[in-house]
Amino acid sequence: MLSRVGETLYWVARYIERAENVARLINVNNMLMLDLPKGVCTGWEPLIDIIGARQAYEDKHADYTEQKALRYLLVGSDNGSSILNSIIYARESARTIRDVMPRDVWEEINSLYYYVKDNQKEGLAKRGRFAYLKKIIESAHQIFGALDATINHDHGFTFIRFGSLIERADMTSRILDIRSETLITSDEAKPYENIQWISLLRSLSAYQMYRQEMSVRVQRADVLEFVMHSEVFPRSILFCLIELKTLISPLPNSTEIINLIDAVVKQLKAEDVRALKNGHLHNYMDQIQIELAGIHNALAQTYFLKPPE
Amino acid sequence: MKIDWKAYQTNGFFDELIDAQGNIRTHGKQLAQFFSSLSKEELVKARAVADLAIKEMGITFTVYNEGNMIDRAWPFDIIPRTIGKKEWQTIEVGLKQRVEALNLFINDLYHDQKIIKDGIFPKGLLEKSVNFRSQCVGITPPNNIWAHICGSDLVRDGNGTMFVLEDNLRVPSGVSYMLENRSVMKRVFPELFEQVSILPVDDYPSQLFDMLAAMSPRPDDKPEVVVLTPGVFNSAYFEHCYLAQEMGCELVEGRDLVVEKDDCVYMRTITGLQRVDVIYRRIDDLFLDPEAFLPESQLGVPGLMRAWSKGNVALVNAPGAGVADDKVVYAYVPDIIKYYLDEEPKIENVPTYKCLDPKECDYVIKNIDKLVVKPANESGGYGLLIGPKSTKKEQQATIAQIKADPRNWVAQPTLDLSTVPTLDGTEPDGRHVDLRPFILSSGKDTQITTGGLTRVAMVKGSLVVNSSQGGGSKDTWIVDEEAK
Repeated sequence: MLSRVGETLYWVARYIERAENVARLINVNNMLMLDLPKGVCTGWEPLIDIIGARQAYEDKHADYTEQKALRYLLVGSDNGSSILNSIIYARESARTIRDVMPRDVWEEINSLYYYVKDNQKEGLAKRGRFAYLKKIIESAHQIFGALDATINHDHGFTFIRFGSLIERADMTSRILDIRSETLITSDEAKPYENIQWISLLRSLSAYQMYRQEMSVRVQRADVLEFVMHSEVFPRSILFCLIELKTLISPLPNSTEIINLIDAVVKQLKAEDVRALKNGHLHNYMDQIQIELAGIHNALAQTYFLKPPE
Repeated sequence: MKIDWKAYQTNGFFDELIDAQGNIRTHGKQLAQFFSSLSKEELVKARAVADLAIKEMGITFTVYNEGNMIDRAWPFDIIPRTIGKKEWQTIEVGLKQRVEALNLFINDLYHDQKIIKDGIFPKGLLEKSVNFRSQCVGITPPNNIWAHICGSDLVRDGNGTMFVLEDNLRVPSGVSYMLENRSVMKRVFPELFEQVSILPVDDYPSQLFDMLAAMSPRPDDKPEVVVLTPGVFNSAYFEHCYLAQEMGCELVEGRDLVVEKDDCVYMRTITGLQRVDVIYRRIDDLFLDPEAFLPESQLGVPGLMRAWSKGNVALVNAPGAGVADDKVVYAYVPDIIKYYLDEEPKIENVPTYKCLDPKECDYVIKNIDKLVVKPANESGGYGLLIGPKSTKKEQQATIAQIKADPRNWVAQPTLDLSTVPTLDGTEPDGRHVDLRPFILSSGKDTQITTGGLTRVAMVKGSLVVNSSQGGGSKDTWIVDEEAK
């Protein structure tokens, strides 16, 4: 497999995964806002933080009104992580490797692009929003499902899975970080604390699985334990890391990456995540994000096409 | 209302389906019968099915428009063009002869230049040729083959005589559309293929792969064949992908390849460098290797020419093959065939005036309103002047260009290109066509596509068939008239 092709497959998967994650995030925030009383609500600001775009956003926008923030997240051409831009990058990348991309997958990415672009009004309107976002999430699932079922499970597939899992772990750490930090814990909001933790779980599609696995009511320490330490939930950070290691092991020259992942896993397992409170949680999530970036860099260094010297 | 072929007007042109007396030609009888059995609704539906198939299959070509890149669906007409098998066999013989002579000619130009010494081909022409590559002098590619893949454009005049209009020896494109046109037709009219004996076309990718593999410098191993593309912005990118996919080869860009100290070519894979034996390159000569040609080229591979000249990698077509793909050289092809093969050309050239010759140049300038005037080295219909359809101002501009560089210009009489019934709404109406067959030469044998790509000028009365200039295409059938 050509290095360039491996790299492109990795990015196609990351962008599709990112689009799906942002879509889910918006959908859940939307629901949360319907449940919370006006004075308690944190609005759309945290979502801009989750995608790490506060500075860029504030350079161009005066406030965080629903329409401005939503437009930025859904279709903002000035936002590299907007759903539309993620899908444009995925589509443009997929186009350059049309020879290895299964036809059905290419067609699905292509039609997802047209859907997101042509129906943006639906997404911005209150009423059409849920269906618009749901369709994006479903389409992403269909793309990954079709990839799993139709592409050879060779090195190329490894890069697809790797991209998807790194993006997932990264997003989980971001959602945990921002959501727990902006959690409103004033006496007045006390009755709503539970809802907010449920909402965090929902942003990660984790609510149902949390219930099944943890068998306790939704509470801070257990939520942190579940989304960081679960070895069975596919969006937990530990799960993603263990999968990354399994994926990369059969590849040649992977020793360095394996060692890197091992170190992160060992450290994560040893961490008492239940006890992490605001400042510490934030620092720890920062550290996880840096480690994930390190794994990405090691992967790129070992396998991707290097720019000419 | 169904199609009534008796009402179809040939308007004095040679029509591929209907003769001058209004009778349907033998090789088209079943086709015409089939189409006249369809209702208008069925025709409209068939056209919609074809359009949908093209969109779904993602058959596109890219056009540049004011800096934007647009992927357009491939314009396609559902009435096929038919040619009888017997006639096709004589055309095949003529094409083989032509390509054989052209390869001998190119090889001679890069070695002894006997044809110049013997006074058949003017030395001055070669010196001014923009496609002659001095870097290739003295190099002998495997089996002396330079133009492994040739796309020759064939047209008929008003009498139905087939002529060669030009030979494309650099990076001829269009073969993927020939193959996709057939698969679209099979989706639209499966029943038609059961009734008529149509020779299949889908063998091309295997033949292409076999030819490429046969060029490998390491014939004993399983050769590594790659398709080299300039990338996603190229107008023929769809075809590059398509052919790589069909042959099961890697589609590479210049940055995927590297020439190492051993002067061999390698591709960068996730498991390290891997040797490449044969490169089917779809990049123009000048961009192939920044060390040998344009230093600013980002598309090529530094050292590629070195690897090729040492015989460590095969380049298809060979660099420099384009020297024979030049509208001035074209005028000499009949002489070239006689010189190397001692045979008369089996397919004629369109009569061509060379502006290099002062007398002929004079004639061209005086009769510019009656002629088609072409620059020597443009493709895709760019720079072309169609005399009878041009304004005085356009004619004057072209005359000025001819006077500035006569060697770069040739002219031909306007041909009454043949027509084929083409759907205009729900009625068939004649549209002008050409035909581009593809010829594969390995030096051991020669393969020719069954038929080729029929390009149609979709606009009524237009003679320009290039896809970049509003042309479309049709499926091309070679019909065995004798098969039951």
